[in-house]
Amino acid sequence: MTEAKAIFKKQILDTRKNRAVLIQFILFPIMTIVMSNAVKVDDMPEFFYLKLFGIMYMAMAPITSVSAIISEEKEKGTLRALMMSNVSPASYLIGVGLYDFFACFWGSMLMSLACGLTGEMWRGYMGVIMLGLPISIFLGAAIGIMAKDQMSATSLSVPIMCVFTFLPMMAQFNDTIAKVAKFFYTQQLYLALEDLNHVKIDTEGILIVLCNAVLILGFFILAFRKEGMNRE
Amino acid sequence: MICVTDISKSFGSKKVLDDISFSVEDGEIFGLLGPSGAGKTTLIRILTGQLKFESGDAMVMGKRVSQLSGADKKSFGVMMDDFGLYERMSCYQNLRVFADIYGVDDQAIDTVLSEVDLEDAKKKPVNKLSKGMKERLRLARALLSRPKVLFLDEPTSGLDPQTANEIHEIIIKRKDAGTIIFLTTHNMTEAEKLCDHLVLLNEGKIVESGAPKEMCLRYDHQKSIEVQMKDGQMVELPMGRENAIETAEKIAAFLRDGKLSTIHSKEPNLETVFMELTGRKLEM
Repeated sequence: MTEAKAIFKKQILDTRKNRAVLIQFILFPIMTIVMSNAVKVDDMPEFFYLKLFGIMYMAMAPITSVSAIISEEKEKGTLRALMMSNVSPASYLIGVGLYDFFACFWGSMLMSLACGLTGEMWRGYMGVIMLGLPISIFLGAAIGIMAKDQMSATSLSVPIMCVFTFLPMMAQFNDTIAKVAKFFYTQQLYLALEDLNHVKIDTEGILIVLCNAVLILGFFILAFRKEGMNRE
Repeated sequence: MICVTDISKSFGSKKVLDDISFSVEDGEIFGLLGPSGAGKTTLIRILTGQLKFESGDAMVMGKRVSQLSGADKKSFGVMMDDFGLYERMSCYQNLRVFADIYGVDDQAIDTVLSEVDLEDAKKKPVNKLSKGMKERLRLARALLSRPKVLFLDEPTSGLDPQTANEIHEIIIKRKDAGTIIFLTTHNMTEAEKLCDHLVLLNEGKIVESGAPKEMCLRYDHQKSIEVQMKDGQMVELPMGRENAIETAEKIAAFLRDGKLSTIHSKEPNLETVFMELTGRKLEM
């Protein structure tokens, strides 16, 4: 646990100066707050931007930031130094994963409170976000482990992130896409936020989210077994 | 103590280490001298438990490398070229990360920064440091846990002579404090200056071993001395027992006539020994 705590602290120190990662955490909260306050259209559903951008944030920020953090450490050789100092792969991944979870948690909390969510609505919203964050973090970690350097991590993470992030938005405008999108955890979690007064996921939704989580965990285990954290 | 017995390692069909055996005593600076690709870094990776090997046995601090625990590894300091630094973070913050991992306090960071002469740069981001300063920071990181064994992979490679000398002084101080230093280098001057015991490695095989001075004397086939006269003329005189009186008389005559400027023995250096044994140069 000491090692995981050290990695967590290291991430806090580093992100303050790492604009590429920092922007992942603050872009959507700022966009949500600005859009929610600046763009008012008649008949627009309540909390439209918060729900849409919140889900996009939950998918995009962890996938891109975790894969960027791990692949950069691999490329620069800092991961080797950590492993040699007896930081186990599990401690490292817990440190990075928890850091990312809390960063996104604070971002989601900020945007939801700034948009005026309170009480039961806020709890429901944050519950859904917290359910999706670990899935996205595992996906980002799997990509980071698979990639040899930052460049290959970006080329892997961008298309994957686009699929998970933009499907809920595109599904609103196209029925065919909606039929496909429903098989993704991001779409199911977006649907759960449809009525913030009664946040709920039906059985089919739960099964789809669980299937997504199992598949992504499998991909993560496969990547870890194949590449390891520090393999020659 | 480090003890390596008949270690062999291959990458695919290429054998990079072939039946390597040696031992390193406590408080000794042990050097692996060889050109690039000789297998020096592979051997460090094996001894630090980063790499598995096919056959043989390797013990560090009385334990097989395959059985080294996390706590054992924390008692090693490892400085390798591909162990990167956090470029955006300051020198202090870089060491802070590892101090948290090792469980050492802030005082240890300041001590080690002062040891490598980076006190003034402690708040400077690593990406603003010179190559020499980065190497010193890497060394500081390796020294942070007060290791019992220090593995240094080409610690002065590509550095200017002054920075290299500073690093040599730090290494000697640590040796005096009782640390085992395991050093790889392709720089014969560095090997001669620092190492108590040296192994010459070529294409994964040990070609010679011993104390640097002894090794050079062992290959002193010419056994001659070189005398420089005040007018710049160089005279080579045999040093064998059969020529002893004749050579001594000649030197005495040069001295009497006030012609002699300098006298040097002509034993080979490590480069010449390596060339004789392998037919190739060290600095590659």
